Amino acid sequence: MRPVQVPSPLVEAIRRHAREAYPEECCGFLLARADALPIDAPRLIRAIRRAANASEGERRRRFVIPAEELRSTERELEGTEQVVVGFYHSHPDYPARPSQFDQENAWPWYSYLVLSVTAAGTAALAAFELDADNATFREVPLVTPSADELDPTESLRGPGAR
Amino acid sequence: MVTVKIPMPLRSFTDGAAEITVEAETVGGVVLAIGERFPGSKTRLLHPNGKLRSFLGFYLNDEDIRNLEGDLTPVKEGDVVSIVPAIAGGSPAEARRSASSVPLSVLPNLPEETLDRDELRRYSRHLLLPEVGLAGQKKLRRSKVLLVGAGGLGSPAALYLAAAGVGEIGLVDFDEVDLSNLQRQILYSARDLGRPKLEAARERLEALNPGVRVVPYLTPLSAENALDVLRPYDVVVDGTDNFPTRYLVNDACVLLGKPNVYGSIYRFEGQASVFDATKGPCYRCLFPEPPPADLVPSCAEAGVLGVLPGLIGLIQATETVKILLGVGEPLVGRLLLYDALAMRFRELKLRKNPECVICSTRPTQTGLIDYPAFCGVPAIAAETDGQGLPEITPEALRDELAGADPPTLLDVRDPNEWDIVHLPNARLIPRAQLPGRLNEITSARRIVVYCRTGGRSSQATRLLLDLGFSNVRNLRGGITAWAEKVDPSLPTY
Repeated sequence: MRPVQVPSPLVEAIRRHAREAYPEECCGFLLARADALPIDAPRLIRAIRRAANASEGERRRRFVIPAEELRSTERELEGTEQVVVGFYHSHPDYPARPSQFDQENAWPWYSYLVLSVTAAGTAALAAFELDADNATFREVPLVTPSADELDPTESLRGPGAR
Repeated sequence: MVTVKIPMPLRSFTDGAAEITVEAETVGGVVLAIGERFPGSKTRLLHPNGKLRSFLGFYLNDEDIRNLEGDLTPVKEGDVVSIVPAIAGGSPAEARRSASSVPLSVLPNLPEETLDRDELRRYSRHLLLPEVGLAGQKKLRRSKVLLVGAGGLGSPAALYLAAAGVGEIGLVDFDEVDLSNLQRQILYSARDLGRPKLEAARERLEALNPGVRVVPYLTPLSAENALDVLRPYDVVVDGTDNFPTRYLVNDACVLLGKPNVYGSIYRFEGQASVFDATKGPCYRCLFPEPPPADLVPSCAEAGVLGVLPGLIGLIQATETVKILLGVGEPLVGRLLLYDALAMRFRELKLRKNPECVICSTRPTQTGLIDYPAFCGVPAIAAETDGQGLPEITPEALRDELAGADPPTLLDVRDPNEWDIVHLPNARLIPRAQLPGRLNEITSARRIVVYCRTGGRSSQATRLLLDLGFSNVRNLRGGITAWAEKVDPSLPTY
């Protein structure tokens, strides 16, 4: 179980994306620092990146980020300190719980954020990870610190920025 | 040899290796070779039909194999094959209402629903249990439990349910804290004496866990209000001490389709079960009719070992938490019997009664009824008047006793109660022994019967009248009322 930390400005950015995409699902990448990866500790998300929902069917209840898009994003990130560690997507008019489809298509290791959104705005946000048994999509703790609460050396601005 | 670049999510299958080398002639052969070497990866790479999974991208030296020859694309020495997952998800179609027509309030886990830092710490011992975990803890926080009765059973149940993080605890009780409660009702302290129980209970539970919402219902549960009171709750915990309320709780739970976590205590023995008519029997399947009221004294009349409700109340709390979490095997269709003196548990199998008046497929009762009448309860205060039972008030009795021809006083309580307090010149014949000891009473004399609060004595009065005693009256409110109105120096219990 790998808890996820998403600084509140990034949560707000995800909410904005979900509202703009409504009634369709939005989706995107969660980026973290490569050197923080091996540790089985809370994952601090340092940036998000929007992705186009490439689902060819019903974009109101499906999202797809094609392998090409992940690959090109990873290419772009090469040489930077950041890597893709997970994905976010919205559930229009549905709670922030993983669907059967989410679970069937989940990959291990990645963190998944699910955000509930309705016409009235966004609501619950929750984090999930596929269990070690690869069968259970389990909710993991989600912490949304404000930028001030973060350790300065781990802040969004990077080491020494303050 | 072909080099294969393994994406992060699949590295758990390759012992963490980012790259591996395999011998193969086609991309499909590369995947099969990986699957053979790392068996765990197979289902992630291949469909059961042997085809490459559609949610994986395969690249040969940066070219998508779909632009080449698919899984038949040949590979040669020195080639690099990259595997990249596609990401997909969504929400279930069947649960969806038409977009934008869904009010926020119908979404079950609104508003923002994550455990804060303090909650993560407070519930860490729950979070460590896979059967509870974060999802379970949030379920508990979303849950609402109604405790009918905040006494011996309700006290421990309420404390542990609040500690466990149940989001809302409703409490039904209208009593005030009495000194005689403190022997077992651990929600209350000596400083709470005389306060409404629910006021003290709310304070105590909120001090224990400020995250819990305590909703007090300072009223007796009745056929008029029961459905409305119970409706918002997920589970109802029956901690009542009387049959009319127990049948009322059962019937209301059956009608509303809610689980009724039952517990009862008597002297040194306890019972517990989960009556969930949607899955098994209800209380009426077990006891279609209440026992004759005079055969079943309440704890107030018969006494109870103080620690006993602690144990039974916590069995109820345990079952409640299991039901809310959906884990384990609930006590449905089983009646747990506990004997504190022998320190033994037994279990009886309960079956749904196909003729049950309320929970069978053809119920003859489809609403709530008059439960005090159904249980034949002798009312404690003025109700006996309605049945034409002759009564005397404590004040009138005082005057008669001071007169020239005082009536005979008949005490129908148990000897241990007599030892606590009794009226001067009274004669003790316990209610249960009365039919066999009639010869000790002279029918020619005027008789006043009393017990602790008037329940048993009204039964005895009825019995004597039925047997032909002509001048028998019941002391209204019993020796408790006498102590209040006539002789405050007497102890009450």
